[in-house]
Amino acid sequence: MGAIYTRELKSYFTTPIGYIFLAVFFAVTGFCFSYTTILQAESSSVSAYFLFMIFILAIMLPILTMKLFSDDRRSKTEQLLLTSPVGLPGMVMAKYLAALTIYACALGVSSVYFFILGSFGTPPTAIIIGNIIALLFLGAAFIAIGSFMSSLTESQLIAAISSMLVILLIVITSVVSNSIPNTFIRTILNWFSVINRMSTFAAGQINLGSLIYFASFTFMFLFLTVRVYEKRRWS
Amino acid sequence: MIEIKNLVKNYGDKQAVRGITFDVKEGEIMGFLGPNGAGKSTTLNILTGYLSATSGTAVVDGIDIFDNPIEAKKRIGFLPELPPLYLDMTVKEYLNFVYSLKKCKFPKAQHLKEICDVVKIGDVYDRMIKNLSKGYRQRVGIAQALIGNPKVLVFDEPTIGLDPKQIIEIRNLIRTLGKEHTIILSTHILPEVQQICDRIVVINKGKIVANEKTEDLILAVEGSRKLMAKIVGPEAEVLKALKSVAGIKFCEALGKRDMDSISYMIESEENVDIRKPLFATLSRNGWPLIGLEGMELNLEDIFIRLVDKQTEKKKSDSKLLGKVVK
Repeated sequence: MGAIYTRELKSYFTTPIGYIFLAVFFAVTGFCFSYTTILQAESSSVSAYFLFMIFILAIMLPILTMKLFSDDRRSKTEQLLLTSPVGLPGMVMAKYLAALTIYACALGVSSVYFFILGSFGTPPTAIIIGNIIALLFLGAAFIAIGSFMSSLTESQLIAAISSMLVILLIVITSVVSNSIPNTFIRTILNWFSVINRMSTFAAGQINLGSLIYFASFTFMFLFLTVRVYEKRRWS
Repeated sequence: MIEIKNLVKNYGDKQAVRGITFDVKEGEIMGFLGPNGAGKSTTLNILTGYLSATSGTAVVDGIDIFDNPIEAKKRIGFLPELPPLYLDMTVKEYLNFVYSLKKCKFPKAQHLKEICDVVKIGDVYDRMIKNLSKGYRQRVGIAQALIGNPKVLVFDEPTIGLDPKQIIEIRNLIRTLGKEHTIILSTHILPEVQQICDRIVVINKGKIVANEKTEDLILAVEGSRKLMAKIVGPEAEVLKALKSVAGIKFCEALGKRDMDSISYMIESEENVDIRKPLFATLSRNGWPLIGLEGMELNLEDIFIRLVDKQTEKKKSDSKLLGKVVK
């Protein structure tokens, strides 16, 4: 498992994909940050930035996950991984963690932005920390979705686009749900809504329920990824 | 060392492997022969744990690959049809990766160096795999299989796509490895198994059609031999004379292949050497024999024969039992 993790991590930087991801991530988040806080906003609120981040992650994280499983499948290197003495969950976990590590590093570095705010006023530290933790969990869930989509196809492009679609679909449920007249359905959709769940963090609360929600999302998609491999072995 | 019993694999409606049973003893090199699409790769993929079987068992060194895959996989080195190489790594990085993937306990530097010496990839050790030629990639694939010194080596068509010199090198390499490992080698090239293997299992359409020692199989299928003779003389008369020779089952003129001689294909009865009577007959008539060579059986011929033999056997069996076989 350690071997696969290290290899995946390195492979982000032996191919341009890691550099491209990090460059675009910092450019987009940096622009978004300065636009929503320093340039536009007159209050010390950072909630707009974190709202934008949901959409940025929805578009960016599939780039990180697209090659995770599809590339091994296309180049047949999965035959090496699957015939080596490593269990399926271990293999899936190793690859997932490699992508998560890159994301966590990127998120960590982008947190430096908030120190800049200090020179303009007093930033709401608690809200910022809470939101960064929430973003970490949210990103972990998105990466799990991306991993799952990547395990379904040989094509990186299809993996990336389908992951974006699925993630965006989950993100916009709240937008859709508000226009549904049936209260029952609306309540269910709202419960699933990522934006609603994130907004509690924007208010400065660390909502354990939401963190568990994201974690179980992650677990479910990783489990499904393992199942995809099981199914392919048997069919 | 390897026991496969009643292995069945269905892909949807299609049966790729239909109840294969064979075993390989320790230290044996077994040739797994069959035409394309016979189910060779599927069987090997099941044996190495890449695929699951619909039913049946596969046991490696006493360990069932389905019950205890991780322990069984530790005992197998596998070179799939397409070597599973990460093109964006150097040979060194790749072998190091496989080393830790297989959780080896040997002293690393020494173990990798030994393997590189055996497969002769020392001179490309620091190069990117994507820049290597097909022959070298194949060797890196073999090196990968050797890491951890597994008892069983499984090679799926290891010489496909290589040039003749590389083929000979890889074959020699496999023969050397056979001294210390149990090897299954799949191929569709007959001379390859003839040269390397102790035993041959022939598979066609997912079923085993023969499982014999190499010499026995060759004898079995070469029971009647084909010769090609170049004879100078009038065609009709030569043919007539040839047909009168005892031991010749069948002969025909293949046509003029050079200036004055005509080529004939001669098939003898089983286990009869007709070369001497053939020469005697020709010299009696004063027709010079200017060329004589054995025609090698190709894989298709072997299959036709093996399959024919099987159906004949079935028919005779069923006669005894009074059943009718269509």
